Amino acid sequence: MSEAFTARVWVLGDDIDTDIIIPTEYLALKTIDDMKPYAFSPLRPELAGQIQPGDVIVAGKNFGCGSSREQAPEVIKALGVRCVIAKSFARIFFRNAINNGLLLMECGGVQDAVQEGEEIQVEPGRAITCGGTQYPVAALPQNLLDILEAGGLVKAMRKRNGLE
Amino acid sequence: MGMTIAEKIIAAAAGVPEAHAGEIHTVELDRMMSNDGTTHLTIDMYNQKLKHPRIADVSKLVWIVDHNVPADSVKTAASQKKMRDFAREHGIAFWEGKGVCHQIMMEHYVRPGELIFGADSHTCAYGALGAFGTGVGCTDYLYAMVTGKSWLMVPETLRFHLTGRLREGVYARDVILTIIGRIGANGANYKAMEFVGEGLKSLTLGDRIAICNLCVEAGAKTALMEVDSVALEYLKARGREPKALYASDPDAVFAAEYTVDLGEIEPIVAKPHFVDNVVPAREAYGVKIDEAFLGSCNNGRLEDLRVGAALLKGRKVAPHVRFLVVPASQEVYRDAMEEGLLDVFMEAGAIVMNANCSVCWGSCQGVIGDGEVLISTGTRNFKGRAGSPSGQVYLASAATVTASAIAGEITTADRLSGGAL
Repeated sequence: MSEAFTARVWVLGDDIDTDIIIPTEYLALKTIDDMKPYAFSPLRPELAGQIQPGDVIVAGKNFGCGSSREQAPEVIKALGVRCVIAKSFARIFFRNAINNGLLLMECGGVQDAVQEGEEIQVEPGRAITCGGTQYPVAALPQNLLDILEAGGLVKAMRKRNGLE
Repeated sequence: MGMTIAEKIIAAAAGVPEAHAGEIHTVELDRMMSNDGTTHLTIDMYNQKLKHPRIADVSKLVWIVDHNVPADSVKTAASQKKMRDFAREHGIAFWEGKGVCHQIMMEHYVRPGELIFGADSHTCAYGALGAFGTGVGCTDYLYAMVTGKSWLMVPETLRFHLTGRLREGVYARDVILTIIGRIGANGANYKAMEFVGEGLKSLTLGDRIAICNLCVEAGAKTALMEVDSVALEYLKARGREPKALYASDPDAVFAAEYTVDLGEIEPIVAKPHFVDNVVPAREAYGVKIDEAFLGSCNNGRLEDLRVGAALLKGRKVAPHVRFLVVPASQEVYRDAMEEGLLDVFMEAGAIVMNANCSVCWGSCQGVIGDGEVLISTGTRNFKGRAGSPSGQVYLASAATVTASAIAGEITTADRLSGGAL
């Protein structure tokens, strides 16, 4: 979770809500993999098919606002998105993402510098580098890093209880 | 150092003398509510991912089927069956078809001073009774169900001093939409919103639920109101006692304080596709509608139905409009039936439906088609939230929604009686 990496960027705007990330009508599908093709479909129906494992999403403020549906971070993770970088995250989405082992980074500024399809350098907990400019990223508290490192809350709980 | 209501509830739940914004505490939960939106996922994790699955205290769990009632497909029937069977096997309190989860919680469970997790974002409604309710996902819910505990970062508090009284034709929905418009869809992100003041005392419990319920649309972690005689009478009538009564200390620290004069508020609508995209309703006059929805955990209570029925009496729903009336609970439904309100709705051409989340959550009854316009007392107007992504959803009070259903276009109640249409 903490090593630096380079990734291709998909750019989204402000207030990307959970009904955009995975619309209600697809929540009844049996598995997260079944939901994958419909991620972000109200906004960009083609996006789910374009995202490749290892890509990152860069968005504006209040990413993940709306419902508590955990399928939202799960479907982003299932698409192979390595992390979501946003100016800010809605709080329920933030918890759900950490609990599912999806890396989130709060970072302002990079949104205006990066173009979709470009590559950026990501150093978790330190900085994002884009076009030679570094944008600082706030470090996550240790207890959240522990959950992320374990791959989510359930795995962290099992690890802490000596079950893994 | 003084504490806010939110800090006091978390301190008590953590078993520490003081808690302050920014600290992370392990807390003992008083109650955990989950509905058919995500419970099947919690059950799958419980059965498949845990080596020693157990429930810490089954008496704290409440499971409510309200999102797709009755089941609208084989898939939802299967996920509800999973929930029903698990609840029966483990002795979990189980409600089905009795109403929207938050309304059931207010009618039967919530007590002042409690800390409640709900696997639904609008759990912040419980602040109307002075309880710290907060929405979580199913993994947080699972952890809480298995351990009885969770971790919480103590939120900063935004304090709203309500002054004055609402003018005729203006409702709690207009108050909270005005506030959300002022602070923005993430204006209270990670924070608690606390409501106090003389203006609060003039609001009914239903008004208070409507205000607290929508605070998540400003990003809030929870909403809290000081408990007064209105709240205590509601509890007493239902045979419940407070767990604890809290008010913020005079020297408590607030992230920001606002004064809201209720007397200055006017009817508001939130335009597509964001709840903070608010304008005075008069700026949306004339927008043609295809469907109107009166219901949801926000505005599906008896007083909302009374407002709608009073406007509809002797009038008709516009011929091309579907007007869906959905009581928030069976209790509300029966009260409305006894008062004759349902007759008024049906006489006027409305469709009265069973208590459930309905089109507010947009996967079952009443979804709108391509390019259609809905005016709704639901909680959200996100793109695609009520059906087709090309649909347009406006949010407004019960009065504005009903007036618009009559006119066939967005209008306010005063224009009906004034003959302006």
